[in-house]
Amino acid sequence: MLHTVNKSPFESSSLKTCLSLVRSGSDVLLIEDGVYGALAGSTHSPLVTEALEALRVYALEPDLKARGLSGDRLIPGIEVVGYDGFVDLACTNDKIQNWL
Amino acid sequence: MSKAKKFMYINRHAPCGTVYAVEGLEVVLIGAAFEQDVCMAFVGDGVFQLKQDQDTADTGMKNFSPAYRALGDYEVNRLYVERESLEERGLTEDDLMPLTWEDEDDDWAEKPSIHIVDRAQLSDLIEEQDILLNF
Repeated sequence: MLHTVNKSPFESSSLKTCLSLVRSGSDVLLIEDGVYGALAGSTHSPLVTEALEALRVYALEPDLKARGLSGDRLIPGIEVVGYDGFVDLACTNDKIQNWL
Repeated sequence: MSKAKKFMYINRHAPCGTVYAVEGLEVVLIGAAFEQDVCMAFVGDGVFQLKQDQDTADTGMKNFSPAYRALGDYEVNRLYVERESLEERGLTEDDLMPLTWEDEDDDWAEKPSIHIVDRAQLSDLIEEQDILLNF
């Protein structure tokens, strides 16, 4: 299953709730303000680092760029994808859950 | 005219996901025309508003972050950024736009507008204000 998170982890509990409920092997895609959850060295990064052991975490590149975040500032293991990658994730997963 | 009041605009939201940041900045720029004593505070996700290198081209959104550079020309030259909010987000002062203003009382010397303050200092600054506006 593909899970998308679009809220900043500092403003909303959606990333935390998502990561606590997803099954291992799932795909989690951070979009919009959700990409702040990809930042290395933040108070939330240990949570994401731990999640990366069991699932794949992606961050949407146009949303990272819009916020001035470059790939070298992200938690190691997070994969950066473009809109085409978003489409691929939506198509290869049987279901999509949006943690709005 | 009566004595200028001390205004502080407190910015608490990230720049792109909601309209708080852009609307707040517009109010500051409009309000600056009324010759009050204006400063801004950036706390929580508000510190992301000042992040360098914002490039919204691929999202189809307008990039309003260069407009923060106009604040100095409107005599809005005290931008207080809470240190704890930066640290919680893995950011440092070097991640922020180098915003400056020109001091006409000092031969137009270019001076930094951004001041990193800790939580206790920001609390004192808030206490000093006459009017606080939250965005």
